[in-house]
Amino acid sequence: MKVTDKDVAYVAELANLELTEKERVHMLRDLNSILEYVARLGELETDKVAPMAQVSDRYGVDESRQGSERFAYAIRDDVKDGLRKSLPHDIAVKNAPDTDGTFFEVPKVIER
Amino acid sequence: MTIDEIRSKIAERQTSATALAQDCYTRIRKEDPEIGAFLTLCEERALAQAGRIDALAAAGKPLPALAGVPIAIKDVMVTSGVRTTAGSKILENFIPPYDCTAVARLEAAGAVILGKLNCDEFAMGSSNENSAYRPVHNPRDKSRVPGGSSGGSAAAVAAEMALATLGSDTGGSIRQPASFCGVVGLKPTYGRVSRYGLIAFASSLDHIGPFAKTVKEVALVLRTIAGRDPMDSTSAEVPVPDYVAELEKPVKGLRVGVAKEYFGAGLDPEVRAAVEAAIQKLAELGCEVVPVSLPHTEYAIPTYYIVATAEASANLARFDGVRYGFRAKANTLSEMYRLSRDGGFGMEVKRRIMLGTYALSAGYYDAYYLKAQKVRTLLTRDFDEAFKKVDVIAAPTCPTPAFKLGEKVNDPLAMYLADIYTVTANLAGIPGISVPCGENHEKLPIGLQLFARHFDESTLLRVAHAYERSRS
Repeated sequence: MKVTDKDVAYVAELANLELTEKERVHMLRDLNSILEYVARLGELETDKVAPMAQVSDRYGVDESRQGSERFAYAIRDDVKDGLRKSLPHDIAVKNAPDTDGTFFEVPKVIER
Repeated sequence: MTIDEIRSKIAERQTSATALAQDCYTRIRKEDPEIGAFLTLCEERALAQAGRIDALAAAGKPLPALAGVPIAIKDVMVTSGVRTTAGSKILENFIPPYDCTAVARLEAAGAVILGKLNCDEFAMGSSNENSAYRPVHNPRDKSRVPGGSSGGSAAAVAAEMALATLGSDTGGSIRQPASFCGVVGLKPTYGRVSRYGLIAFASSLDHIGPFAKTVKEVALVLRTIAGRDPMDSTSAEVPVPDYVAELEKPVKGLRVGVAKEYFGAGLDPEVRAAVEAAIQKLAELGCEVVPVSLPHTEYAIPTYYIVATAEASANLARFDGVRYGFRAKANTLSEMYRLSRDGGFGMEVKRRIMLGTYALSAGYYDAYYLKAQKVRTLLTRDFDEAFKKVDVIAAPTCPTPAFKLGEKVNDPLAMYLADIYTVTANLAGIPGISVPCGENHEKLPIGLQLFARHFDESTLLRVAHAYERSRS
C-alpha cells in the first residue's frame, strides 16, 4: 500500500489541516517511509489474537468482578452524590481567542 | 543536598525554603541561557509556598515530606495561573484554570514549584528539538541533545537547577532523557499516577513520573504523587506502599531477567559493555541472572507508532482555535480550524496527526490500527511470560549515548528508533526506570533500564537503589 498525493490531501482534510505544498511533499515521503517500516507487522499471524486497547482492564483490578463491576471504584464520589461544581463561567471563557463573555465566538459557519 | 537534608535543615533553621528557592533561581539565571531547560518561571508562586514552609518551621510545626524541595514541572502538566504551552505555539498564551493532580500533590507535600520545563511539542520527539521555543542542550555536552521528550526535565536535574522534576513518558520520554543526561528517571505502572491535568498525547500510553539524581529521591517523589485520584478514571485503586522504606530490603535471591532481544544489532558496543557490567554487578549483589525471551520486541516500534499516532490524532482534535490557544484569521469556521491548526502545530505534530488519521481512516483501520492493537497483546504476553520466571528485567535504556543536535532531525524514522528499548514498557503498562551505569569514552552517560511487574515499583526501585549504591 503506497500513500499517494490524493491520500495526503484526503487525510489532511479529515485531520483539519491545510498543509503547504512543501509540507505535502515531505508528508508523502515520510508517511511512505514510516508505513513501509510498519508493514513488518504483517509478518505476524494475529487472526486469533484479541486486540488490546488499554492495560487498565488487565492489571490492578479485582479479577473476581466482571465487566463494569471491576471499575466500580472509578465512579467519582461527586458523580454519585450529584455533579461537582464546574468552572465559573468567566474563568471558562478566559482563554478564548474571541468571546462575548457568555459564548465562544467563531466566524460564520458555512458548509464546505 | 538531599530531600531529607533539606527538610531537616529547614526544620533546624540552618537554611530556609526561601533561600533555597532563591539559590535555584540564581543558578537558573546563570546556567539556563546555555541549556534552555525552562520555558516559564513562577517565582511568585514558588516564594509564596517557600514562605509558608518557613512560617511552619518558625512556628516549630512538623514539616511535610517534601518541605522546601525545589521541583520543576514539564510543560505538559497544567498549572493554575502559570502559562502552560506543551512546547507548542498553539498554546503560547494559555493560562490554565486548574492544577494537574501530580503538581497539586507535590505542593501539598511542601514542594516549591520553580517553573515549567521545555519539551518536544506535545511530548512528541526523542531529542527535544521539536520544541516550538528552543532546543534544550545536554548539560553533559552542550553540542548534544538531552533526549526527549522530557529533555528539559532531565537537563534541569543534571545541571542542578532543580532537585527533582516531573516528566511524562509515552514511549520512553522519561527514561531516554534520564539516560542521556546521566540522571535517574522513572516511568511508573500505567494507573499508578493520576494524569488529571496532563495534556493528552496518547491516552493508553501516557504516564507521569519523576526525575532526580538518586533512586531514593525518585522514590520519595513517587510516594507523594502515586495513588488513586477520582479525577482520573484510569488511576488504579491499588494501595501505595512506602517505597522509601522498601528500598532497604535485601536484593539477594531476586531473579533478574536478561532478554537477548535487547542486545541485538544497533546496540552501541560501549553501551552494551556498560549494561553487561551492571548486570554482573547485580549478580555480585546476590541476584540470580536468568535468560528470558521477549520475542516480539522487534515489532514494538511499528506497533507503538500506529497506536500512539492514532490516539494523538483524536486527542489533538481539541486544538481548533475555539476555546483556547492560537486562532488564525479566517472567514469561515472550517477555514479557521484548518488555518489555526496549520499555524499552531509544528511539523512533527502534523506528521503524527496525519499518520494517526491515516491509520484510523476507512479502509486502513484493520490493516494498521487493529493489527497494531493485536500485536500489542503479543508484546504484553511476552512480559507476562517473562515475569513468571523473573522479578525484574535488565536492559539498556537506549541503543546509543546522546547524539548531536541536528543529527536526526531530517529522518523521522531514525529518530523513532531511539525509543526502541523503551516503548515496550508503555505498550505493556509495566514500570521502567533508567539508572546511570557508566560513561563512554567521550564521558557521555549510559543508562541501565530495569522493568518490573505491574504495580511492583517497590522491587524495581529496590534493585535500582542496590545497584546505585554498589557503584558509589
